[in-house]
This record gives sequence, structure tokens and C-alpha cells, in this order.
Amino acid sequence: MSYVLIVGAKSIVAQETARVYAKNGYDLYLAARKSDELGEFKNDLEVRSGVKVQLLDLDLVAYDTHENFYDSLDEKPLGVIVVAGYMTEQHKAEQDWSESLNTISVNYTGVVSLLNIIANDFEKQRRGFIVGVSSVAGDRGRKTNYIYGSSKAAFSAYLSGLRNRLFESGVTVLTVKPGFVATKMTENLDLPEKLTAQPSDVADDIFIAQQSGKDVLYTKWIWRYIMLIITSIPEFIFKKLSI
Amino acid sequence: MSLISWGNYPRTHNSVHELQDIESLKEKLSTDGDFIAFGNGRSYGDSAVSDNIVHTKPYDYFLDFDETNGVLEVRSGALLSDILESVVKRGWFLKVTPGTKLITVGGAIASDIHGKNHHIEGCFSECLEEFTIMMADGEIKVTQKGDELFLATCGGMGLTGVILTAKITLKKINSQFIRQTTIKTKNLKETFAAFEEYKHLPYSVAWIDCLATQENLGKCLLMAGDFADDGDLNYKPKSKLNIPFNFPNFALNKFSVKAFNWLYYAKSPNGVSKQRVHFDSFFYPLDSIRNWNRIYGKNGFTQYQFILPKEGSFDGLEKILTKIAQSGKGSFLAVLKLYGAENENYLSFPIEGYSLALDFKIEEGLFELLDELDEVVNEYGGRIYLTKDVRVSEEVFEKGYSKIDKFRAFRKENNLDEKFNSLQSKRVGI
Repeated sequence: MSYVLIVGAKSIVAQETARVYAKNGYDLYLAARKSDELGEFKNDLEVRSGVKVQLLDLDLVAYDTHENFYDSLDEKPLGVIVVAGYMTEQHKAEQDWSESLNTISVNYTGVVSLLNIIANDFEKQRRGFIVGVSSVAGDRGRKTNYIYGSSKAAFSAYLSGLRNRLFESGVTVLTVKPGFVATKMTENLDLPEKLTAQPSDVADDIFIAQQSGKDVLYTKWIWRYIMLIITSIPEFIFKKLSI
Repeated sequence: MSLISWGNYPRTHNSVHELQDIESLKEKLSTDGDFIAFGNGRSYGDSAVSDNIVHTKPYDYFLDFDETNGVLEVRSGALLSDILESVVKRGWFLKVTPGTKLITVGGAIASDIHGKNHHIEGCFSECLEEFTIMMADGEIKVTQKGDELFLATCGGMGLTGVILTAKITLKKINSQFIRQTTIKTKNLKETFAAFEEYKHLPYSVAWIDCLATQENLGKCLLMAGDFADDGDLNYKPKSKLNIPFNFPNFALNKFSVKAFNWLYYAKSPNGVSKQRVHFDSFFYPLDSIRNWNRIYGKNGFTQYQFILPKEGSFDGLEKILTKIAQSGKGSFLAVLKLYGAENENYLSFPIEGYSLALDFKIEEGLFELLDELDEVVNEYGGRIYLTKDVRVSEEVFEKGYSKIDKFRAFRKENNLDEKFNSLQSKRVGI
């Protein structure tokens, strides 16, 4: 079978997603900064699933390299899954502009720069799928992480528009909105067990949703309803809350 | 977040180190305190619970697969289910597998697990070619059959170090299906006769109705089988049901268990019948329900598993089944199996004889009942399975294990007793 491109391949969610696609017979392009550090993981996928895996260097904030990056792929991918993301603590981002800028650049501008190129190609070929891992944090800005949240809100809006544009050409776009996920990013937080997804569950959910052509995926599913409530609270009340 | 074992009992606070790389493990082990490795949390009791836990599940890469000889090398956190997903399609299967595939390879070694084919293939250590393990001082040792470290580690409950990688031999299969024979018996005598009669088949296990009394005592469904030979290896694991929350404590009682047992037994035809079933439902019937342990409620449950030497098995089991039936304490599942010969490992559970495993929810009076059963087990020269245990006393435990002193001495010589300890190892004094 052909290749799926995974962007931000060092995260645990990306790696679990890579395993699910490999298990289902897809070859993989794994893109990340310093991708050679993924050598053991590449071997794991190859031994486990017998698929072909290529490691590719990609820096999302080096916008002018993206055209070249995509052109240099011998075989264009069947689909792309963007898992890249940068999250810092809110108070750091408030005090330090470089932290804010990095959040916006990785989560939004960098991803837009790359996906514009890929979307144009998929549209021309009239095939392909695009999966963007955004976040429930983008559904409403909260004082505890609105800088990260607003970058994800922008990404979610981008994906929604892209889906609308590419519908005609048969290219599907899936927006993934994970709630809490048990990863290195969250290992020191005391997360409620019943609301926290395991990375391998998120990966399974992504695969099933992408294969069935779904538009928006909340994972765990309960987050759709949690966010429905959170977005329904009137602003004059919401501004007084600490959530 | 603290880790808890499959029985949801005891609930303790522990500090968890996620195993990602060797260097940070070495650094972690150089700090003070008791450590124990924890895989996927499927041992029932307190064998993988300590103040400090090394969570090995994230350390799960596959390293090498020799497809010609069926030799697979993985890191210790790899799950048996991952292995099956990878190798069944290519015509291979685990030589030895327990009743759940949701355990890590490290856990399989530490418990020296066994399965429905113990009477033919023995324990997991039989298919283990080699493994690497980090000792108390951070040194990594490569170990093979014949080494003392091998004898102590297989079945050693993680008390000899942190297992890092393992090389295992697989068995060739030519189908993902099992040809199963089901034998419905009326009492313990018939059950024993059926085990002997079907001993030639590689896989066998019996499900016993523990609440049956008097002339029906020991009635069972014996399931025996072997892999089919139809060339169908197109394995696609099914998605799972989930039990999203703990059942209330009253959900499991004498009446609901009786109804369940009756239904299970009644739906099977009388005498001998044949079926073709998938290996997943043959080996891993409960894996299709995620978190089935929550059925037992938030107070948790335990599994009581013992084995009796063959010559006393019949009398001993009769006594124990009678006591359980009289107590009215329900067991959702009671599994009986005839085992093959004992191996050389210091703490491996299996000996030649019959083993019975029963689940009990934790409730008042339970431990007193189990203490009574312990007496019978001791009387007949049997032993208790540490992987399932959460309450056995040192005295009862050590009577069952003749190589216990070798194990203790090995731990001492290598300073392992100062580094690797679980709540269980402290309780039973190993």
C-alpha cells in the first residue's frame, strides 16, 4: 500500500497513530525535527507490521522549507495526519512573547503553511485525506490556557474551511479534538481518570473516524457534550468562572 | 496517578516511574526505597504494588523478528496482544499464553505464566530463549536457560530486577480457528475422567459450577481443542465492549451468580459436542469486555488459585468445593485444569496435578473462608499462585514452595532484597 505522512511524529499520540496505520498495512513517512532520533521507533514499526517507514526532517516554523519538503517526496502520500503541537504553561506564555509566538507558529502558522501545499496537491489529484489534531481547548478561550487554546481555535477554523473547500474534489478533512490525554505533556497533572483518554485509544478513534470519512471527532466522545455545555454558558457568567 | 492491580484491591498511593529509556531507569533505581516493576496491571493482587513502581508498559518496542525460525525479540512492555496482531497473519502464535492476552512480556516472565496447554508445553519460560534484566545496582545482565538468574527470575514476581528485553520462540499455526470439543459432565468424578480422556489434545480447561452441591458437586464444561488447519490467517482483532464504571456492590450475589452459572451450563448440549471457534474467544473470552473487573464493584475482588498434587487432587478438591458451596460466596468463574510436570524455576506455580481458580469479591468473611481453604491446600501438599494472591500468609505460602530458600538466598546474595520489594513479597517474606 502507499504512504501516510505523519507530521509531529515524536509525540506519543502520533506514535500510537503510526502503529494503527502500520497495522492496517499503510507505509509511513514520519516527519519531525531531528527525525533520526526516531530510528528505534522506525525499527519497531517495521518489525511489528512489515511496512516501509521513512524518517523525514521537518521544522514547522521554517516556512520556506515546506515546498521543498513536499516536492522531495518520491511518492506523494495518500493522506496526511498533523499531530504536531506546542503547549507551554499559560503564565509563561503571558510573560514571555517568544513562548506565545512559538505556540502560535507551531500550532497554527506552521501547520497552515504546510497544509496549504498539501491541500493544493490533493485537490488537483482529487484524492487524499487530511487529519488535523486540534484540541477541545480551541472551543472556548479560558483564562487557564487561552494562548494555546486560541492557536487551536484558529487551526480548527482552518480545518473547517478546508473541509468545505475540498468537499467538491473528494478530499476528506477530519478535525480531531482530544480532551485530556495521558501523555508526557500531562503526566504531572492530576487528571480525572474517566475523562482521560489513553493515547492508543485516541489513535484507534482517529483511524476509525478517518476511514469512515467523519468531519469532527471528539475523543473521548464525552468531550463533545462537555464542550457543548462549556460553550453554552453566557459570557457574562463565563467571565466570572474559574474552569 | 497511582497504579492499581486488576483486583482493584488494595488501593495504595505509589509513585510511578514511566519506563522510557535505560539511563533514567538506572538513575531512578539509584535512589532509596522499594521498587517493583508493573506491566499492564493484570496480576490480581499486590505482587506489582510497592511505594515506587517502574511502569514497564511504555517500554514496548519490537526489536527483531526472525520469520524463518519464529524467534521474536521485544522490549518487556510489549503486550501479548500486540505480538498476536503482528505474528498471526504471518502464521505464528504464542507457544504459551494465559487466559488474557493483555499482559506484558515482562509480566509473563515474572509470573512464568502458563495456559491451557501446560500439560504439553509447560510454562512461558519454556519458549523464552534469552532475556536482559537490570539488577539492583543498575547493571544489565543477559540471561539464558540454565543460569541461576533465569531460574530465579522466571516466576520470580519481579523481585530479581527489571526485565528489559526478551527473545521468545513462537509456534507455527495454519489457522486462526480452533477445533473445540466441549464435554459436559455431571460431577467431579466425570470431570476428572474427561481430563484424562482428552489429555492428548494440546489445549484443555474446565469451567466448574462452584455452587453445585452433593451429587452435582464438580460438574463442569470441559473445553479441549487444537488449531484448525484451514489456512485462514486473516486476523482482525474485534473492538471491545467496555464496562465504564464500577457496578454497585450488591450486583453480584448468590442469586445472580447462580443464574449466570445455570445459563452458561444450560446453553451447552449434553455429553460431547464439537465447535469451531476463533482463538480469541477460545483463549481470551473475557478480553472482549474491557474492565470486566468493575463488575465486582469498587471494593474490588481477588482470585484464589491453588494447585494440588495429582494423587490428592480428587479428595482435596471435593473438600474445597464443599466448603465454598456451603459458604454461599459466589464465584463468577471457576476454572479447573490438569497440569503437567513441574519445572526447575524457583517460584513457578505449576506442579503436576489439578489447579482451581475462583474469583471472589472482597467482602466480610471472605478472608476467613480463604484461610480455611488454605488449610486444605497445605494438608494435600498444594500451593497458592502469587500472581493472583493478595492475602496468603507467609506460613501457608512457604509450605507450598520447596525451592523457596534458594530464592531467598539468591535475592540476598545479589542485594535484590534491598531494592525490589512488593507489598506481597514483604507479606510472604521473600
